[in-house]
Amino acid sequence: MNSGARLSPLRKGAAASLALLVIFLAAWQWGPGLLGVPTFIVPPLSMVAREFVYAWQVDHLLLHTGVTIAEVLAGFILGSLLGALIGYLLGMSPAAELALSPYILALQIAPKVAFAPLFILWMGFTVYPKILVAILIVFFPVMVNVLTALRTIDPDLINLARSFKATRAQIFWKVEFPTSMPPMFAGLRIGATLAVVGVVVGELVGGNVGLGYLLTFGEGQADTPLVFVSIVMLTVVGGIAYLGVILIERRVLHYLPARRVGGDI
Amino acid sequence: MPASPVAGFVRLEYRDVTMRFADRRGGILTAVRGVSFCIRDGEVVSLIGPSGCGKSTLLNIGSGLTAPSEGVAFVDGERVAGPNAQVAFMLQKDLLLPWRSVAENVMFGVEIQHVPLPERKRRAGDLLEKFNLAEFAGHYPHQLSGGMRQRVALARTLAVDPHVLLLDEPFSAVDAQTRIVLQRDLGRTLAESRKTALLITHDLLEAVTLSDRVLVMSRRPGAIVDEIVIDVPHRNDPIARRADPKVNEYVARLMDQLDIAHTALERETAGDGA
Repeated sequence: MNSGARLSPLRKGAAASLALLVIFLAAWQWGPGLLGVPTFIVPPLSMVAREFVYAWQVDHLLLHTGVTIAEVLAGFILGSLLGALIGYLLGMSPAAELALSPYILALQIAPKVAFAPLFILWMGFTVYPKILVAILIVFFPVMVNVLTALRTIDPDLINLARSFKATRAQIFWKVEFPTSMPPMFAGLRIGATLAVVGVVVGELVGGNVGLGYLLTFGEGQADTPLVFVSIVMLTVVGGIAYLGVILIERRVLHYLPARRVGGDI
Repeated sequence: MPASPVAGFVRLEYRDVTMRFADRRGGILTAVRGVSFCIRDGEVVSLIGPSGCGKSTLLNIGSGLTAPSEGVAFVDGERVAGPNAQVAFMLQKDLLLPWRSVAENVMFGVEIQHVPLPERKRRAGDLLEKFNLAEFAGHYPHQLSGGMRQRVALARTLAVDPHVLLLDEPFSAVDAQTRIVLQRDLGRTLAESRKTALLITHDLLEAVTLSDRVLVMSRRPGAIVDEIVIDVPHRNDPIARRADPKVNEYVARLMDQLDIAHTALERETAGDGA
């Protein structure tokens, strides 16, 4: 309604954000020199930027980034699909949930990244172990959110559909599935950032391609700027994945009042 | 418009209905015991009684969502064995689906029943027109006020063209002024479409102004202890009925019967059961 009054704090916030960015970049560029920190500990911004150009031209930065993005996408999509599928199946069968819940809980507690070396032993230095770690790590937030959504659905809503003589399939597609969408997207947002973590850990453990590999390569060469470049690129990849989910979420959940960007993470 | 019981055929009947539930400590809780009554075609009957006397249980049995422990419910002379298309219910909660527009919410029931799309749209359009909601057809539920949402819920209930409406405290969550308007809309609609309805309410004035008869239930285990025929004209216009001095006499009589002072005290300790 009152867009004028609401826009000005929004603008203030954006301006403050931008100012913070400038201060941060300036501190990065001149801070280490002023404090006498050697460049092999914290390389200044300009050095990292030069390294970025070098990595792009010589170290195939684009290839490594592309491979990481592909692994993240594959792991995220497969992990979300699997998580949603299992979530719906368990949601519709309380008996199955009861039987499987201790194992699911155990698997959820186990640190998924710890499986990375195992998967590499099984599948070698390919992209598959990385994707598998991402699948495993994305699976849980999506499954748990879908399951919780189905568990907490208002029974009167189901009764309403039943009173109209809805079949089991109609109840699922017309009531349960749409009800589970907002919590599922909350799970997908978490999954999008976790997928990057899973892939990077996989790449750190073994392989010769991907940003995680570039990270260890830079470490081995004591090439601190390259490590920084890799970290920045990983952050960009994670950010793109997260934004992608938000964009899809906005289209799917357009009916919800005033969506906040990154509201609940 | 006949205000007294219509001499038509029986639309809804409860015959010796008893409902027992297992309580948490493994005991047996009798919610309603030996309830029998009939509602004839075009009649509106209210059911009043203390909290937890099993009013909503009776409604669930009538709509086929739960089966009684003993006894039978009949709709149009047929035994209720599960949800059926002749009965539609409406609750205190509007139960609108947030991802559906107002028109799509009204069409929810007819869509499930595979009514062809043009017919669905026609019914939704007519009902929204009738409830002054036509301009909100494309809005989403969160954009509507509580009273409008309840009217959409009523439109959804009527869209399936049921013979019998089961209404469980449909207006108890809206403010007093909106409630009067909604009662007027309901009274008018029920009279115009000659629908049969069973209305559960805590609001004695609502029961008296909207009904042909009022059934009074006892505390748990709920049984019907009295039946009062409301002999006041204008059942189609609850606002006009409010002005009738006889209405207040009926309300006073119901208050006596329910022993309101006593019940109010007890509600503090006993929870609001099924």
